[in-house]
Amino acid sequence: MTMIETSALGRRYGGDWALRNCTLTVPDDHLVALVGPNGAGKTTLLNIAVGLTPPTEGSISVLGGVPVGSPTALDRIAFVAQDMPLYRNLSVADMLHMTRNLNHDFDVAYARRRLDDVAIGQGHRIGKLSGGQRAQLALTLALARHPRLLVLDEPTASLDPVARHDFMATVVTAMTDDGVSVILSSHALAELERVADYLVLLTGGAVRLNGVVDDLLQQHLLVTGPAGSPVDPRWHVVESREAGSQRILLVWVDAPGASLPEHWEARTVGVEELALAYLRESPGYARPVAVEATR
Amino acid sequence: MRLGYLKPGDQLPKVREVVADLAINPNTVLKAYRDLEHKGLASGRPGQGTFVKATLSKVGLPEIAGLRRTLRAWLVDSAAAGLDEDGMVALFSSTLRDFRERRDEDDPGAALTPPGTVVGGVA
Repeated sequence: MTMIETSALGRRYGGDWALRNCTLTVPDDHLVALVGPNGAGKTTLLNIAVGLTPPTEGSISVLGGVPVGSPTALDRIAFVAQDMPLYRNLSVADMLHMTRNLNHDFDVAYARRRLDDVAIGQGHRIGKLSGGQRAQLALTLALARHPRLLVLDEPTASLDPVARHDFMATVVTAMTDDGVSVILSSHALAELERVADYLVLLTGGAVRLNGVVDDLLQQHLLVTGPAGSPVDPRWHVVESREAGSQRILLVWVDAPGASLPEHWEARTVGVEELALAYLRESPGYARPVAVEATR
Repeated sequence: MRLGYLKPGDQLPKVREVVADLAINPNTVLKAYRDLEHKGLASGRPGQGTFVKATLSKVGLPEIAGLRRTLRAWLVDSAAAGLDEDGMVALFSSTLRDFRERRDEDDPGAALTPPGTVVGGVA
């Protein structure tokens, strides 16, 4: 099943396009990382997917063909916005009570259990909780609706390293326990290395990379050769730089595992290196790399 | 498994435990376990978990203990000679490379990695 499917999706604010010509298919059972510079359209795309923002043009469906914003979509998608929206003057218990009354099938027992697990007392006022605890509370409220898809907009941006780790541990454990699919936007590339198994990279409102992380990593190499030597025609250069007498290229290859030209060496790259190369790339390179999901 | 710490019959940690402890994607853990199963090193028992099936090391524990003693003696000598840890690693790696090259010249079929292939490693 596809979690999110968009076709030529666009959203304009005044005269500026926040998202343009975005065509994307995201399969389920993944933790999808949505990466891109500020202003790339990440939040816009997520807001459209959860039904908060109507698109200006193009189409989008979620959960295998369900219209965005329909009752089914609203029930099965949970969203935690960037600023962890919670009522700071309410107690945790009151917040639970309110969320239960505003949602179908809100699993109060599950929420209480989870809050116990992360040692958040229900008598506490939300304003008195630490940033990490507020993030865990927002996540618990989202998960207690037992969504099929969990959408997180820069969830760990304001958290310290320990709170970050605990937050992501809760998210990935929910994937194992409840089979929830996740899409999250983030700038923390190093953190994504461990948690994300599907990558979508947006720049300037358009999709540049879209695929299963393992496949993307297999199709890219960091090759090093003598400065001035020609580039192998089977390489599609993403990023090129010269360091002294060496030429260093991050390339996309048609045939991974093929032999290298003489005097060149190659090694594989990680998510962070790959994403950085695409984020730094010159605007001249406009071909998105799409990889079919292998499952 | 390589050093004999895990023996056939030992249980690997449950996927959920690994996921919760390391905050790592469950698909990654499942894939690693599937790889072990494909290589015949582990087998999954439904409802119970994944268990070690074979051993990677063809060398017995007493031999490994002996080799470790020899290696420790070498480390002591290296430290006494003034090598720091990085120096020891560099010397070991370059000697290993020489050893591999010499062996490959004697028996080209035994090459561990064919020339021109990509050596993995995530930065």
